Amino acid sequence: MTGRRGGTLREQEGRAGLALISPTLVITLVVVVLPLLWAIMLAFQDARLINIRRVGIFGHYTLENFGYVMSEPGFWTSLVNTLVYTVAGTALSIAIGLVAALALRDRFRGRTLVRASILVPYVAPVVAVAFLWETMLNPQFGIVNSWLGTPIAFLTQAKGSFLGIQVPVALLTVIAFEAWRYFPFAFLFILARLQALPAELDEAAVVDGATPTQRFRHVILPQLWRIIALLSVLRFVFTFTKFDDVYLLTGGGAGTEVVSVRVYNFLTARDDIGASAAQAIVLAVVLVVFLTLYLRFFSGGERDQG
Amino acid sequence: MTRDRFERGLFRVLKPLVILFLFVITAFPFFYMVTLSFRDIQELILDPGSIWPRSFTFDTYANVLTRQGFLTFMRNSAIVAVSSVAVTLLISIPGAYAVARLRFFGRRQVHFVFLAVYLFPAIVLAIPLFVLFTMLGLRGSLLGLILVYIAQTVPVTVYMLRNYFETVPQSVEEAAAIDGCTRLSTIWRVVLPLSKPALMATGLYAFMIAWNEFLFALLFLVEKRESWTVSLGLSQLAGSIEIPTTVLMAGSVVLTLPIVIVFFAGERLLTEGLTAGAEKG
Repeated sequence: MTGRRGGTLREQEGRAGLALISPTLVITLVVVVLPLLWAIMLAFQDARLINIRRVGIFGHYTLENFGYVMSEPGFWTSLVNTLVYTVAGTALSIAIGLVAALALRDRFRGRTLVRASILVPYVAPVVAVAFLWETMLNPQFGIVNSWLGTPIAFLTQAKGSFLGIQVPVALLTVIAFEAWRYFPFAFLFILARLQALPAELDEAAVVDGATPTQRFRHVILPQLWRIIALLSVLRFVFTFTKFDDVYLLTGGGAGTEVVSVRVYNFLTARDDIGASAAQAIVLAVVLVVFLTLYLRFFSGGERDQG
Repeated sequence: MTRDRFERGLFRVLKPLVILFLFVITAFPFFYMVTLSFRDIQELILDPGSIWPRSFTFDTYANVLTRQGFLTFMRNSAIVAVSSVAVTLLISIPGAYAVARLRFFGRRQVHFVFLAVYLFPAIVLAIPLFVLFTMLGLRGSLLGLILVYIAQTVPVTVYMLRNYFETVPQSVEEAAAIDGCTRLSTIWRVVLPLSKPALMATGLYAFMIAWNEFLFALLFLVEKRESWTVSLGLSQLAGSIEIPTTVLMAGSVVLTLPIVIVFFAGERLLTEGLTAGAEKG
């Protein structure tokens, strides 16, 4: 098979490599890269489904969509919601995942069962778990509300008072859902890292008389920072643009509207492709800005430690 | 009492409590899901606080599978998931082999493309694909959906497979080459049989993505009920007041069970593959 087209072995290898990778590259190009470029173009055009064929590639480009989108009353609120939801969801899921990994680090009877149980929220389809939460939190027949004295409309109430403080009920519920659904993800990664740690360091610290909290703070945690940092980036990126969870739980109502739900609503309900694309682009740009800031801050922090 | 003894005692008490708490918050909702799916709606409304059914009924399942059309939805989901798995493997095996073994122009840059696709927000992609599929008249067809799922999983599966292919000793492949195998038959007869665990893990991953996905199914299929996947079907029917909650709970079980079974059948392969990949990246 080789040698047909001549050239050195190295050249043949290069050709074979490109031939084998090309299906992967073609589908990525056609379904991801080109649509992305088109999305950017659409954000600068007055595009609707009705006139999309007339808009074309060389159509009229304008900044109108961005101006329109940013002056809409709900946009900035939704951006703030997205940020609160993302930061809180990311932090909580990693914190619970860390606690879970530490608790399940050593063997005990039934560990396999508990470990399996912990993974189910992450594995189960989002539609099924969102419906389950909706049912359990339902004010009329939800089991959680049957335990409470006065029913709480967890998913449809924007504001409520708790111990005299105003709290955003629905937003907190959505964040709790996020933490519950994604802590297994953090748990898996942190547990894998924990079990790969050399035991000698920990044992040496015990011999030196370090207490459990001291060992965690000075021996274990420093070795986990890298994986925690990686998890923070991954979860931040995924949650920031997440659509399914909020859409399924509240539909974006009761003060939980995040930007991705707005993008969807503009696209389908309002049939305003341009404005929808503009919001998606703003969302992506904000994400990139945050990532850049984070990476700069983080790599700076690492230099201080080293 | 020293600080050390105090802390050890404290954690000895705290640890079982934490484990119990984690077990309850993860297991109880799914336990409740299953028991609710066997209950009559009257029982739920009269006695919402009970967690064990007074009488079990299978009518909920009969109702959801036939009257609400979940059998059709399951068929659609199965078609989408199985074809996604097949094509994903077909595309990513040669791709991963090339990245693992062959030196070609742009090999180093390929990783960057994959990472970018993996982290790329689906909601941005949803807009142009929605418009494109509307123009092509592909909305409502499962084909378009399969195409999107493949594109979203291939970068990750290439990465997972590459990590495994690199562990296959090169000398085995050289031996095959000396015995007269071409490159493709070396992959087919030597590399793939040695990589079964990785192939399983990759297939499972692609299956789970395709079975669980919601956003693109919603965008492409919502207007055509006979094309709905199970996820889309449940989400669309959940809003209606005519269908009892317990019947829809049976639908949730039908949606969740296959994926949980598939996951735990291949769990070790899957978690090892994913976390090992992340460690290196």
